[in-house]
Amino acid sequence: MTTVDAPRPDDIKAIPVRHPGRWIAAAAIALLAAALVDSIATNHRFGWAVVRHYLFSHQILHAVLVTIELTVLAMAIGIALGVLLAVMRLSPNPLVSGASWTYIWFFRGTPVLVQILFWYNVAALYPRFSIGLPFGPELTSFSANSVISTFVAGMLALGLNEGAYMAEIVRAGIISVDEGQTEAAKSLGMTRLLTMRRIVLPQAMRVIIPPTGNETISMLKTTSLVSAIALAPPELLGAAQNIYDRTYEVIPLLIVASIWYLLLTTILTVGQYYLERHYARGAARTVRDAPLTRLRRNLFSYRHAA
Amino acid sequence: MPDPIVKAEGVHKHFGRLEVLKGVSMEVQPREVVCIIGPSGSGKSTFLRCINHLEKIDSGRLVVNGDLVGYRQSGDKLYELRESEVARERARIGMVFQRFNLFGHMTALENVVEAPIRVRKVPKSKAIAEGRALLERVGLTDKIDDYPAQLSGGQQQRVAIARALAMQPVLMLFDEATSALDPELVEEVLGAMRALAQDMGMTMIVVTHEMGFAREVADRVLMMDDGRIIEEGPPEHFFTAPTEERTKQFLSKIL
Repeated sequence: MTTVDAPRPDDIKAIPVRHPGRWIAAAAIALLAAALVDSIATNHRFGWAVVRHYLFSHQILHAVLVTIELTVLAMAIGIALGVLLAVMRLSPNPLVSGASWTYIWFFRGTPVLVQILFWYNVAALYPRFSIGLPFGPELTSFSANSVISTFVAGMLALGLNEGAYMAEIVRAGIISVDEGQTEAAKSLGMTRLLTMRRIVLPQAMRVIIPPTGNETISMLKTTSLVSAIALAPPELLGAAQNIYDRTYEVIPLLIVASIWYLLLTTILTVGQYYLERHYARGAARTVRDAPLTRLRRNLFSYRHAA
Repeated sequence: MPDPIVKAEGVHKHFGRLEVLKGVSMEVQPREVVCIIGPSGSGKSTFLRCINHLEKIDSGRLVVNGDLVGYRQSGDKLYELRESEVARERARIGMVFQRFNLFGHMTALENVVEAPIRVRKVPKSKAIAEGRALLERVGLTDKIDDYPAQLSGGQQQRVAIARALAMQPVLMLFDEATSALDPELVEEVLGAMRALAQDMGMTMIVVTHEMGFAREVADRVLMMDDGRIIEEGPPEHFFTAPTEERTKQFLSKIL
């Protein structure tokens, strides 16, 4: 054999393909973008001074906190409920899985705005809540209005609605785990619940995490629907509405709200991107570069190839 | 003669209209190694899964370790066992699968100690010590903290054997434990199984296509075809002078 002695050939040095089309397209897009920015910046009807005035005002900043709080609590309820409903849905007991099916059917089948209004008006249906035995003696009771504040009504409506969607996401995750895992756990004498908690759910996370990030981003924006029942103190859109109801500066305040929604969803999107990369490790064969790295490589490829 | 570990009488099993087991009767004595061979679709794996109650049988009787599998008999009535009772029965039967089925999110050691800690309620430190000893026994001392994806098929299957042994089973079931392995990895798994039979005196039922292993390790070889056991005997007799035409035909193709 000659392979041992053969000298290693030189590395290939070739002139890479040029991409003039990319530079032309980039110039055209830059021109259009500049024209758009110019028209927005110079049109006084956008009211940029008003936007600047309210963007970091006390009312708006507080409303941002309420929006975040509402998102976090509603998602927490949604995820806890979703796991419970998904496990119930996969139960061999037809009553248990039927109950889960019915819940999902109802909460996915009615608009979330209607559900928000329902919870807001729940006192009309049940003026008092009591704790006690069903049909038996009553231990204690509260008036509905004292327990269900507008914030609680909004949180419950969003959370209970989210539970129905999360249930389907968690169920898809559970189904994605190979059946052999369950069989191996069974053969070791593990019960169904123990198998679910220790073996199946941890492995379902890889499938569950990405859409849950999506749901969180979606939830952040859906909290704006709660403005329909006028929280006190209000969330982001509600606070903007409160201000423009007084000052008639509708467009600038909608811009203020939009800027904050965009900022918050951007932060969540970036977080989701890295979370997904983290959970794809060991499963995906190659991890893609982060978007900025990719763009740089794409435009300036000749520098790297040289 | 002591009570058999496994006693099957006329076991039948259907999947829908398809009858997979058409009356299987056999016994396995303590410390005995029984190899089941036969063409695919003959019901070998299904029968093994019935012994572990991963499948319910439709008729006949199946007794493992003195207990009726899946039922309790009181007078002449049968009562279905609750899930926790089935789990308790299974805990004493080890099973090794064709596709390993190691828990992907756990290291080799975590795979082995999970069931002892959660099911047998062994204290954690004791379970870890036992787990290390078992992994050492199957020759994986340096792979204790590796995840299944970092192990070769042969190594994964040896972890799976250690995991089953950690439950201190009275019976081990092997469902084509080497069929999914690259040829050069088969021997390391067969070696672990051989050690189990010869050094520990483990009672084993081995569904396999490895005729060399069956000939060397088995006390008895069973031939299954079309849902029935059609021939059985000690390996020296079974492989050299089978009586059934179907067995001769099968062996001529596979040897």
